[in-house]
Amino acid sequence: MATKNLPMREALRKALMEEMHRDQRVFIMGQEVGYWQGTHRVTRGFIEEFGEKRVRDTPISEMAIGGAAVGAAMAGLRPIAEFMTINFAFLALDAIVNHAAKIHYMFDGMFKVPLVFRAASGWGDQATASHSHAPEPIFAHFPGLYVGCPATAGDAYGMLKTSIRDDNPVLFSESIALYAKPGPVPDDDNYLIPVGKADIKRPGRHVSLITYARGLEWSLLAAKELEKDGIDCEVVDLRWLRPLDTALVFESFKKTGRAVIVEESLPFYSFGSELAAQIQEHCFDYMDAPIKRVSSLDVPLPYSRHIELMALPNAEKVVAAVKEIL
Amino acid sequence: MAHEVKLGMDGTLLNWLRGVGEAVKAGDIIAEFEADKATVEVTAPADGVVLEVRLEVGTEAKEGAVIAMIGAAGESAAPAAAPAPTNGHGHGPGPAVAVAATTPEGKIKASPLARKIAEDRGIDLSQIVGTGPGGRIVKEDVEQFVPGTAAPAPAAPTPTPTAAAAPVAPAAPVAVPPTPTPTAAAPAGGRSSYGKLPEGDDVEILEVSRMRRAIADNTILSKQMTPHFYITMDIDVEPLLRLRETLNTALEKEGIKISVNDMVVKATALALRQFPNLNTHYYGDKLVRHKHIHIGIAVALPNNGLMNVVARDADRTTLSVLAQHNKEMFARAREGKVKPEDIRGATFTVSNLGPYDVEHFGAIINPPEAGILAVSSARKVPVVLPDGTLGIGQRMKVTISVDHRVSDGAEGAEFMRYCRQLLEQPMRLLV
Repeated sequence: MATKNLPMREALRKALMEEMHRDQRVFIMGQEVGYWQGTHRVTRGFIEEFGEKRVRDTPISEMAIGGAAVGAAMAGLRPIAEFMTINFAFLALDAIVNHAAKIHYMFDGMFKVPLVFRAASGWGDQATASHSHAPEPIFAHFPGLYVGCPATAGDAYGMLKTSIRDDNPVLFSESIALYAKPGPVPDDDNYLIPVGKADIKRPGRHVSLITYARGLEWSLLAAKELEKDGIDCEVVDLRWLRPLDTALVFESFKKTGRAVIVEESLPFYSFGSELAAQIQEHCFDYMDAPIKRVSSLDVPLPYSRHIELMALPNAEKVVAAVKEIL
Repeated sequence: MAHEVKLGMDGTLLNWLRGVGEAVKAGDIIAEFEADKATVEVTAPADGVVLEVRLEVGTEAKEGAVIAMIGAAGESAAPAAAPAPTNGHGHGPGPAVAVAATTPEGKIKASPLARKIAEDRGIDLSQIVGTGPGGRIVKEDVEQFVPGTAAPAPAAPTPTPTAAAAPVAPAAPVAVPPTPTPTAAAPAGGRSSYGKLPEGDDVEILEVSRMRRAIADNTILSKQMTPHFYITMDIDVEPLLRLRETLNTALEKEGIKISVNDMVVKATALALRQFPNLNTHYYGDKLVRHKHIHIGIAVALPNNGLMNVVARDADRTTLSVLAQHNKEMFARAREGKVKPEDIRGATFTVSNLGPYDVEHFGAIINPPEAGILAVSSARKVPVVLPDGTLGIGQRMKVTISVDHRVSDGAEGAEFMRYCRQLLEQPMRLLV
């Protein structure tokens, strides 16, 4: 398939642009998505292309954005609501968790809620404790909501298109740190990555590094480093936290017998905890070592640059974790 | 600030003598460990209160592990300090621990995968030595296991009896080196399986003590890896015995008594100074030449044990001081209270069975040392006198075992000749 090298932000922009052209029901709403061209420039040029009706600048109220998006979706539109950062999505938890995720179930299928909450996540550039969350696992906690977390430009493109076309609500998390990272993006309007399908980004034999979003970069760097010691890592990029592709995880684990789970999020009651539990439950007889988790430290992210970096995961920490169980 | 209490050598915690909250003075014994060779005391590095203990009784820990914190009352133990690395955890992919490790409860450490494979193939896990972190048996260990090549998992740690019934005889043909052996993986030491354990009233099944295991490991390693050759010389010890008597009479008031063994140790050390190649250890593609001469002295223990105490810098220590030090170390060995430095760092060993009326024997080298001197009894024997007639002499046979990878027969013989000169002109031991 022909591909074009694009930063992730451009890949997302291309997906949004194509889907809005393809389906007139799709519209964008959020703070500064229009005339400001989007805080992260993902919606650059959209207001000019589609006008105020389909690119709606909203008040600074996440509850309003979330609630309006749910209502619009129930009424037959296909909203894409943007949270400037995922930290602010906490304000809209009621709309996301109690409404978007539950309505199809509670009204016995009378309503579909085909919306996408886009949210810029994570970071680690001195945005301080309250503005540096990567809390995707919180959203993945609730049944009824898909959670997508792309790690590459190509995946971001295919996953966002899938999310827009799917009839279920999707929390689509975009790592701010990855917006500028380029990668090959398929030149195909209908390039769709199925919901809940993980991807082996690097095959290997000795240990499975299971990750998503920014964790992929740390894992691939660690795998390269460990290769020097003759340690062959398999890197599994989950892409979706819900539905979770446990089949591929188990397949990989049964091959290697060892796993290090790498995530940007916090360690307590975490994604890593869930996955480790599932692995031991389903692959007990294949376990050749304890499962290790690499995540942010269990602290509010510090502002000071040096200790902020210490609190975040990185490739060295992944290398160390692998060496601990080999 | 709080002080770390570190372990001087690998071992299993036997006892906490002081608990959290108790006041201690620097030098107080706060814990007892069973190391491979002995019970080792851990002392407080500073005055203060025990703030925290980090190891449970029965748990193994590595040399350097922080096992407790001592500080001012009310002070908190350093929060960032990691827990004591037990069983190799936290050491990265370092050399594998080469014994099948168990949990404090005695359960064999094996990964679920290793257990599954072992079960499928009908392999007894206790026969396998784990190479995973902390000695855990992992898949690879089971897959590479050949039945009949390894042996029972170590028994639960056996505390060293403290009773001091039998005298410590400086003796026995082998000794256990405290230094690590040059090969990465110790052999599955002497724990070869002879099939099913005999049963019934006619036999009693005993656990193998940690010390016995260490002796087995080291002697097997030595006999399998070290090409020994032996040279024996007959020493005329009449002058030596006379000198010893003179010295001991003179030193009686000071309470010092020099033994034949002390004199042999001194002679060996002086000879090694002339033959540094025999103070050299073979490490595969490298030789390690030791600048200090530390003579290990094999000591038989009352509980069917054996250990090497170490006379440090024996070539530079006067005979009276050497004798005093040796006596003190033997006493500590007998009481199971050796200090780490008592049993560490030997570069060459002397094994003396003199007190047992032994005509002659050869000893097993302690890897990685290059040689060991086996000293038999001084005996009255018929000898050919210088004028060609027969007479009665006092002779003692001394046999060196040499690692042929390091040295050859000619050098061994010259070393022995030099040793003999020293022992037959014993005044040279004093100057």
